[in-house]
Amino acid sequence: MADMMTVRLKVNGVEHEGRCEPRKLLVDFIREDLGLTGTHVGCEHGICGACTILFNGEAARSCIMLAVQAEGAELATVEGLMRDGKLHPLQEAFREHHGLQCGFCTPGMLMTALDFLRTNPTPSEREIREGISAVLCRCTGYQGIVNAVRAAAPVLAAGR
Amino acid sequence: MGVGLPRLVGARVARREDPRLLTGQGSYVDDHRPARMLYAAFLRSPHAHARIRRIDASAALALPGVAAVLTGDDIARSAKPVRAASKTPNVKTTSYPPLALGKVRHVGEAVAMVAAESRYVAEDAVERIVVEYEPLPVVRDVESALDPASPVLHDEAETNLLVSREFARGDVDAAVAGAALVVRERFRFHRHTPVCMENRGCLAEYATGSGALTLRSSAQCPGLVRDILTDLLDMPEHLIRVIATDVGGGFGAKASLYPEEIATCVMARRLGRPVKWIGDRREDLLATTHAWDEIVDAELGLNQDGTIVGLRAEVIADVGGYSIYPWTAAIEPVQTISFLPGPYRVPTYRGRARGVATCKAPLGPYRGVGRPPAVFVIEGLMDRAARRLGLDPAEIRLRNFIRDEDFPYKSPSGIVWDRSSFTESLQKAREALDYKAARDEQARARAAGRWVGIGIASYVELTGIGSAIPVSPGMPVSTGTEAATIRFDPAGKVTAVFGVASHGQGLETTLAQIVGDEVGVPIEDVRVVHGDTDASPYGTGTYASRSLVLAGGAAILAGRSVREKMLVIAGHLLEADPADVTLAPGRYAVRGMPDRSVTVRQIARAAYSGAKHLPKGLEPGLEATRFYDPYYGTASNATHAAMVEVDRATLEVKILRYVVVEDCGRMVNPLIVDGQVHGGVAQGIGAALLEEIVYDDQGQLLSGTLMDYVVPSACEIPMMEVHHVETPSPVTLGGFRGMGEGGTIGAPAAIANAVADALAPLSIEVAELPVTPERLFRLTRKAGA
Repeated sequence: MADMMTVRLKVNGVEHEGRCEPRKLLVDFIREDLGLTGTHVGCEHGICGACTILFNGEAARSCIMLAVQAEGAELATVEGLMRDGKLHPLQEAFREHHGLQCGFCTPGMLMTALDFLRTNPTPSEREIREGISAVLCRCTGYQGIVNAVRAAAPVLAAGR
Repeated sequence: MGVGLPRLVGARVARREDPRLLTGQGSYVDDHRPARMLYAAFLRSPHAHARIRRIDASAALALPGVAAVLTGDDIARSAKPVRAASKTPNVKTTSYPPLALGKVRHVGEAVAMVAAESRYVAEDAVERIVVEYEPLPVVRDVESALDPASPVLHDEAETNLLVSREFARGDVDAAVAGAALVVRERFRFHRHTPVCMENRGCLAEYATGSGALTLRSSAQCPGLVRDILTDLLDMPEHLIRVIATDVGGGFGAKASLYPEEIATCVMARRLGRPVKWIGDRREDLLATTHAWDEIVDAELGLNQDGTIVGLRAEVIADVGGYSIYPWTAAIEPVQTISFLPGPYRVPTYRGRARGVATCKAPLGPYRGVGRPPAVFVIEGLMDRAARRLGLDPAEIRLRNFIRDEDFPYKSPSGIVWDRSSFTESLQKAREALDYKAARDEQARARAAGRWVGIGIASYVELTGIGSAIPVSPGMPVSTGTEAATIRFDPAGKVTAVFGVASHGQGLETTLAQIVGDEVGVPIEDVRVVHGDTDASPYGTGTYASRSLVLAGGAAILAGRSVREKMLVIAGHLLEADPADVTLAPGRYAVRGMPDRSVTVRQIARAAYSGAKHLPKGLEPGLEATRFYDPYYGTASNATHAAMVEVDRATLEVKILRYVVVEDCGRMVNPLIVDGQVHGGVAQGIGAALLEEIVYDDQGQLLSGTLMDYVVPSACEIPMMEVHHVETPSPVTLGGFRGMGEGGTIGAPAAIANAVADALAPLSIEVAELPVTPERLFRLTRKAGA
């Protein structure tokens, strides 16, 4: 077995330190070592986007990164979205517009949409579709998701 | 509703399950990690067909962290092979061992299983298992499988023809021979796979002290899995608990029993430690059941006025290497001939179906089951006939629909359609599309040299099936009932427990709406528990568009029982005759005297407070379990209309408009109904344009990643316009009709017809799906474009 390595990183504002093999995927480290199971594994080859997190503020697929690559990084996962026991406005919009069904792609979809709305606060429908096309959803036909992102855009923009 | 006003049923209630799923607090199989748990990995066959000469696992076992390796022989000593039996004589029953026994029959079949301290070590160990294979000739497709010289995959069947079945009514040969017009086509609907975003997985724990086995599984049917494990593992049913709390999509793919579930149970029982297997996407594409893969030769005879006189069809399905439990290899081809006549008056019919074993992953149920190909065929024939007769596609359908006075109508395959809205749905779809304006727009586009077309597809499906007919033709397992337990606690809150299992359909919300209305409490006071065989009364699970009909019906019955008792207790507390007590939201009052009332909470507390708070002789407690069997089931219908443009340069099909008018009877929650339609249509669009499982001549899977198997992203799916006709079912409690599958049933045909309409100036017909740019290139090239 390969030598274990130390990984120090910040997740949702909290410092963590863990030891793992250099080959360990970041998503497995987040789920198994940190116990944050909200981030899901859908394909392990970077296509479906279920594992998307924010890596130093930008959307990234945690299934095609190694945990050791996250040394010193700041991550955000779906567990960090709620504030004071209240859903984030993007989460509220997903609920109101039926932007989720089985919920499996949802964490990756939320993190992707969050990064997208940061870079494009007033998107058109076409731009939203392109922006979220990095995450596959098999349940909703994307309609509820597109509507949710569109509804959340002005709320998020006003909060900045 | 007997009393009180409907408040929750019919309302666009936001989903109860959303907050936990939105915050990463779901409870999917992979989120569980009990102490001392081992991780499993499977060695899978690289050969499509081979004899297993020898398996040497010594190097794997020598790896630190490896707890055990199981092979087919090991499993055979602990578990019976799965045998999906059928009552139909011409459906062969064959064995499906959890790990290959002596022979492998498709690439990706599980051959050995490792349990180790981490998934990483388990996969290292898998690489160290040496298997000596003797490759056998590959049975690559249905034609070669039926060649008398072909190797036979299952010796016990003595043939690769596992399924043959026929439905017939009247003298179809004479009718077609005498028809003014006969249209015929060979249709090909290629192999598809469901692609749930959560791969399949399971976690087994065996308590050596009590002998109890707990299996968490990404299963749609925890009850079915529990029942069959009892038999296969030779364990009493009450010691097996199957849990499927949150499941990341099912679409039929997770409705079957899978080899990995059995193997994981055997491994956990053998080691006395929890064992978890989580499939990866490669395993999902290789070894989750596939769908469709049918060739249909069909002929439709019509009078000069466009009315149908007869329909003949020969269906041949490539059912893959194994017959899946409990549905059998018959499910896809026999469903196709069952539903081919569609919502039309078809006076004479003959549908023959064959299911043929080849070296591919097993065919299993997938959203629509047999009906997407059936609708593609019949709706394709209707359009061909309309073009030949110079009729509008809407008009030819209206001339043939089963009419109001025909209901209940017995179809040529024996299905009875209760009152449905075929005509109304099509007319409403025409209005929603603004058909005349759309045709004018198409004419202008055509004049400008663009390939724009409009396609219509109407269908009817059978949902909410009760005990009179098996969900899958010939299947001996009974699936006709579901139950609900409704239980008040002394504080007046309700727990409602169901044997069905939700995996995205929002049943925690819709069933709570029904329960809330029945017993008179707000939705916040109802907690729905599902997907746990220990918690629920006997049930099987969620499949075949049944759960809202069956579990909803059971909820109504249980709610009524509880409500009757509440009225008696309320009468006692109010010193009134129970017959004079009525349910008002949140409380029970004396009729006409709203001030004389008690709250639900007061009634519930009284129910648990002993004899002096209850009428003399009334048993304490406030709960009821009731079973519901809708007996036959009920029809659901819809019309889909698509307007598409085929890009002349790239041959990409762009969907300009998509309209659905559906009738699922009384709607419990329109928000959820719309969501189900959207998702179903998106899967149908994928099937029509993008998704195809491809094997090469050696049975190697070429579409083994999500780069090669193309699931639609948000960019390929349009905004859909969904409208409703609400024809309450006359034959189900509550008037509900099932609707989870419908979107996928209508969409492939609507898009195929729209593409054909767009290319009508080139006389191109669409007979093969998915109609990819490559296929369009060949078609347009051949047509000289």
